[in-house]
Amino acid sequence: MQCQECGKRPATLHFTKIVNGEKTEFHICEACAREKGELIPGTAGGFSIHNLLSGLLDFNPGASGQTAGVKSAENLRCEKCGLTYSQFSKLGRFGCSSCYKYFNERLDPLLRRVHGNTTHVGKVPRRVGGHIHMKRKLDDLRRELQYRVLHEQFEEAAALRDQIRELEKNISAE
Amino acid sequence: MGNLQFTEQPLSDWMNRDGNESNIVISTRVRIARNLVEYPFPILATNQQSEEVLNKFEEVLNDERMKPFGKLHPIELADLDDLDKQVLVEKHLISPSLVTESRNGAAFISDDESLSIMVNEEDHLRIQCLYPGLQVKEAWDKASAVDDIFEDHVDYAFDDKRGYLTSCPTNVGTGLRASVMIHLPALALTHQIGRILSAVTQVGLAVRGIYGEGSETVGNLFQISNQITLGQSESEIIDNLYGVVVQIIEHEKAAREKLLSDSRIRIMDRIMRSYGTLSYAAVIDSKEAAQRLSDVRLGVDLGFITVPLHALNELNVMTQPGFLQKKQGGNMSPGERDIFRAKVIREHLEDNVQ
Repeated sequence: MQCQECGKRPATLHFTKIVNGEKTEFHICEACAREKGELIPGTAGGFSIHNLLSGLLDFNPGASGQTAGVKSAENLRCEKCGLTYSQFSKLGRFGCSSCYKYFNERLDPLLRRVHGNTTHVGKVPRRVGGHIHMKRKLDDLRRELQYRVLHEQFEEAAALRDQIRELEKNISAE
Repeated sequence: MGNLQFTEQPLSDWMNRDGNESNIVISTRVRIARNLVEYPFPILATNQQSEEVLNKFEEVLNDERMKPFGKLHPIELADLDDLDKQVLVEKHLISPSLVTESRNGAAFISDDESLSIMVNEEDHLRIQCLYPGLQVKEAWDKASAVDDIFEDHVDYAFDDKRGYLTSCPTNVGTGLRASVMIHLPALALTHQIGRILSAVTQVGLAVRGIYGEGSETVGNLFQISNQITLGQSESEIIDNLYGVVVQIIEHEKAAREKLLSDSRIRIMDRIMRSYGTLSYAAVIDSKEAAQRLSDVRLGVDLGFITVPLHALNELNVMTQPGFLQKKQGGNMSPGERDIFRAKVIREHLEDNVQ
């Protein structure tokens, strides 16, 4: 099979793209593929996860009426690294960890679309996340307290209450 | 760099250990993405900043607790020639984007190649663990242990609500991507593969061919991985992937039984023809080689022929363009590669079959 780009060399790379159920096949040689930037697998130049994402990012949550007080996307800018929201939506990537803070108001709809969720429930780093461990522990204790009260186990409930107070003191002391 | 130990052998040492379900599941990979809070993500980092990031991570390698993971060799991408880079990608030891996009990109690779820590890829740090067969939990536990050591030395970008912050919003939260490489020839032959794989995408998992996104799957090898990283805990992600893969394995086994009972002679004929082609062909392109190797692998599983599985795993890597040229010792045109590929396969089968 000849390369369908140059028609000279034999085709050595075979791509199949399926877009909306429509299948297109490419048979090209290495030289043409290199030109097209499709040589190294996974970097198929034409289309990447980031292109796909920027489609999502342009999505305007205010389409059914902009929420009052929400800045328009054009004015959003990360003050730490300088990335603007519109640059972010083109790149599909954040510039630094502070971008999450500055673009926060726009992130819920995006993250819900990508993950179906907006809040982390997994691993928490030991050092940075010390207070989160305590908060999670606090939530557990409060749940248990409710259960004990409901089942009229007041002695256990009192012990839990003291534990909770102690923990709350520690957290506010930080 | 003249002699890079990681590009000499087609199979990493970790692939020679026993895995679970290792005739159908080739390997398991887990990677976690982490970033440093005080530096911009690699996409915006200056040359100096990315150098500092690399230095910080290199210091962590001296931690005593890293010892059990074996000696880690720091490799800077800038020191490698193109063929070595390509071979490392073909062995899944580094990612394609570490090769094409990174500034001061580096990898710390363990002696047995089961642990590869990438620096200045899309995120500052990517910890990757590889295991043979289906061992998702084991791979996660190891990656998480390495993660804990790094966390003791550096300040991660972490947010109470969003979790571990990553450059791409598709990784935020756990930063965890777990994947298995699975061989599904019988589901492909019985035309059930499309139905099963589309069902897989309904439960938050992604499927793609092994060598390249967007390119058609060759050799019936698929990679199944989690899509969602936010709002699920690591153990939910791991359990979900494991549970789905176990079901796919059952379907594949059932399809093999059906092939044997309904069309034993036809499937045997296909396998033996492929075996014949690989044993005697003088020219073979990579697509045909992958398909024939898949047939032979199925033939081994069904008991028609005897070829050690490790020899077939080796050939999957040895027949890739980068590895072929590395072995030959220089660049070859695609036509020359097809001839050399046929030779490599013939000789490797001869060496491994008595």
